[in-house]
Amino acid sequence: MSKHHVRQRDWQSHPPYTHPPYKSTMLRGPSKPLVPIAQTLSELTGPVFGHECVAELDSDLTKNGAKNGEPLGERIVVTGRVLDEDGRPVRNTLIEVWQANAAGRYIHKVDQHAAPLDPNFFGGGRCVADDDGRYRFYSVKPGAYPWGNHHNAWRPNHIHFSLFGPCLATRLVTQMYFPGDPLLDLDPIYQSVPKGARERLVSTFSIDATEPGFALGYVFDIVLRGGAATPMET
Amino acid sequence: MSPKQTPSQTVGPYFAYGLTPEQYGYDHTSIAGPALVHGEIEGERIALTGRVLDAEGQPVDDAMIEIWQADANGRYAHPAGARGSNADFAGFGRAGTGCDAENRFVFETIKPGAIGDGQAPHINVVVFARGLLSHLFTRAYFADETSANAADPVLQTVEEARRGTLIAERRQTATGPQYHFDIHLGGVRETVFFDV
Repeated sequence: MSKHHVRQRDWQSHPPYTHPPYKSTMLRGPSKPLVPIAQTLSELTGPVFGHECVAELDSDLTKNGAKNGEPLGERIVVTGRVLDEDGRPVRNTLIEVWQANAAGRYIHKVDQHAAPLDPNFFGGGRCVADDDGRYRFYSVKPGAYPWGNHHNAWRPNHIHFSLFGPCLATRLVTQMYFPGDPLLDLDPIYQSVPKGARERLVSTFSIDATEPGFALGYVFDIVLRGGAATPMET
Repeated sequence: MSPKQTPSQTVGPYFAYGLTPEQYGYDHTSIAGPALVHGEIEGERIALTGRVLDAEGQPVDDAMIEIWQADANGRYAHPAGARGSNADFAGFGRAGTGCDAENRFVFETIKPGAIGDGQAPHINVVVFARGLLSHLFTRAYFADETSANAADPVLQTVEEARRGTLIAERRQTATGPQYHFDIHLGGVRETVFFDV
């Protein structure tokens, strides 16, 4: 039987647990090194979520919270592929997304930012990658919003993503940003990612993905940890 | 050139309506929640509960915990398991710490069996929170599995002084057995987190 394992987390790509400019990491990021573990069935299995979890409107955030009309804001379509480190599509994998509305306000009860809620926008949804790893959802472009990290701190426009991939070890939660956002240079969460890797979190505007007369297209590919080649494959 | 891993980012403070909507009372379905047992399932029913504490010992009220476990016979609901899978028990749960006055997570589940490779019974635990730029992997072992724990190959790799951070204490409560598992993100009792 071949020895199967998933490639290690690439710490040249992921942010460190403590990043002083992002203040809440200082009390919440562990200070001791992670303990190495030989991957077992516990890490190489994981919950299997696919098409059965996604209802008809889940992948259209312009409709799944609509009460009496359409949400305000610039309509967008976000699409891309979920791949592993070998460039292979991660098929039928669930993608959960959540975001602020066009005014930069989350529907979350704790968000007290004095920007309006949109009665027609919920901001949460999900979709499933197809056989080619490709996913797509509709939304409105999220607004920037202030936060308390430091004086005059503003989060850049972003959409939160959550993915499982094939097993527990491939779990990923991340944020997608928008090209040309001047707040990226000032954002300690984005800047926590090593230079050379953080750029992967910025989506690309695509006129090809843009739907004429309807929605601006942004492309965001996601790469999950890959499985090392087994003896059978080499 | 092969593609590189997409960097992790924090789940942030506002995950609840996207990831744990039913638990927090939002009008959206959840893919998983704090209750793992639905209907008749073989095995001892238990609760796995605890808090997430920061380096100063303050409870974290905006963490999200995910658990992944085998069924009572040591089977994961996944095709890779050699023992097959139990379709009636998904083995995955999700809970935020913002719905409880003491900021506890409370999973209602069954005690997992050993998976048959020499490891003691355990529940895989993943921690997400504002201020955590990458999620953390840890494991909850069971205090009443003394001999299995002593032989567990993963516990053996952990220095003895820190092993206790991975052991959930058993308590008998009015609603049944409860395993208590606090997760310390820092401080002198910092939980062991694995480089999974």
